[in-house]
Amino acid sequence: MIQFLVHEKDDSVGVATVDIKAEETADGLYMDTQEKTQIKTNHDVPLGHKVALKAHAVDESVIKYGHDIGRVVADIQAGDHVHIHNLKTRRW
Amino acid sequence: MGNPKVLAYRRENGRVGIRNHVVILPLDDLSNSSCEKVAFNTKGCKAIPHAYGRLQFGEDLELFFRTLIGTGANPNAAAVVVIGIEPEWTNRVVEGIAQTGKPVTGFSIERHGEIKTVEMASWKAKEYMHWASELKREECDLREIWVSTKCGESDTTSGLASNPTVGNAFEKLVNMGATCSFGETSEITGAEMVCKERAATPEAAEQFMSLFNRYAEMIDRYKTDDLSGSQPTKGNIAGGLTTIEEKAFGNLQKIGKTINYVGALDKAVEPTGPGLWYMDSSSAAAEAVTLWAAAGFVVHLFPTGQGNIIGNPIEPVIKLTANPRTAGDMSEHIDYDCSAILRGEMTLDQSGDNLIDMLVRTCEGRLTAQEVLGHEEYVLTKLYESA
Repeated sequence: MIQFLVHEKDDSVGVATVDIKAEETADGLYMDTQEKTQIKTNHDVPLGHKVALKAHAVDESVIKYGHDIGRVVADIQAGDHVHIHNLKTRRW
Repeated sequence: MGNPKVLAYRRENGRVGIRNHVVILPLDDLSNSSCEKVAFNTKGCKAIPHAYGRLQFGEDLELFFRTLIGTGANPNAAAVVVIGIEPEWTNRVVEGIAQTGKPVTGFSIERHGEIKTVEMASWKAKEYMHWASELKREECDLREIWVSTKCGESDTTSGLASNPTVGNAFEKLVNMGATCSFGETSEITGAEMVCKERAATPEAAEQFMSLFNRYAEMIDRYKTDDLSGSQPTKGNIAGGLTTIEEKAFGNLQKIGKTINYVGALDKAVEPTGPGLWYMDSSSAAAEAVTLWAAAGFVVHLFPTGQGNIIGNPIEPVIKLTANPRTAGDMSEHIDYDCSAILRGEMTLDQSGDNLIDMLVRTCEGRLTAQEVLGHEEYVLTKLYESA
């Protein structure tokens, strides 16, 4: 069963399509290439929330839809839950 | 998809409506009470109370008249009774609506009092109800149906599946020659250059950027923080959306990948031909749908993630969601559940077809969840204080 989807091959995060528990090895799918992938999660990732597919340092960009969706404000490891605690808008 | 037919109401000016309302429209806040009393006396007609109409001036007043006249002129209205405190602005609304050729009569309260006004207006509303109730649906082309879209209480499932479902349906509708519209100006922030590239002409791109920059300057003028909690909303954040940029790229999924907009319109301005149109609008659902209804759109496609329950009194709102939790625990608000896409059990193309099927059924009389539940949020956009 697919547990997360990734919009594009270059994206650095996926989106949970079910509730994923910490320490699970979750199955994912790239929507553009239909390739399968896996990620071991470090935190619970609720349905609709993002999981990091790679490490991001502070000030780097998170990529989703193939585009920059904001600035990393706390280091992110692959498998981390990505949300308002570690990602902020570059606007406003 | 060929050239699907729908049974709908052809109005005096050739436009096609999918509902047959007799609207009792107040000019101003003072006249809401009269309109509601007329609607009580005259079963089946629809009063549309609102909060404004006094002491407005300049651009804000022009938008007010455009919205009120556009609401009455909307093809979903068969006939209109306008009630205002005084005759001059009342007549301005009546004359604007009368341009469509539909029956419209105005009443003013000063020099009559409310009781006498309600009596006169009720007689006229009763006459209109008898007349409208005998109008027949006739065969029209689906492409004659003007369709708007915005999303609400979005989450990441909106960007994954429900917004792309609308995008797929919009591609099919625009390719058959329909008139469609999207907007939500602040919610393009972060994706504005991508949106600019989707213009069909350099003129349309410039129109869009001018509206976008105007909105961005307004936000910069009044903001006190990074808008987190307002845009994205608390509901968006609960659903997993983190930044305005992420929300903006999800928002743009509603226009698909292969169609371009032919022009960018100011608020509540009617398109001048078929195709996809940008319309400047707030992302607040009730304000935005009210503006599209005033621009002449007769049905709205509304993807939601966390479950926005908004409706409109004259433009039916078709609600779809890809969030299985929302489809389950808020099912009374949802017309179409496309969560099967997330489970890999349905393609986007099939989902777009399913949405068009629901659109056709709605056009032919199926009441939306919002209509059955009585959600009639008519909210005027106010640009600044009244004088």
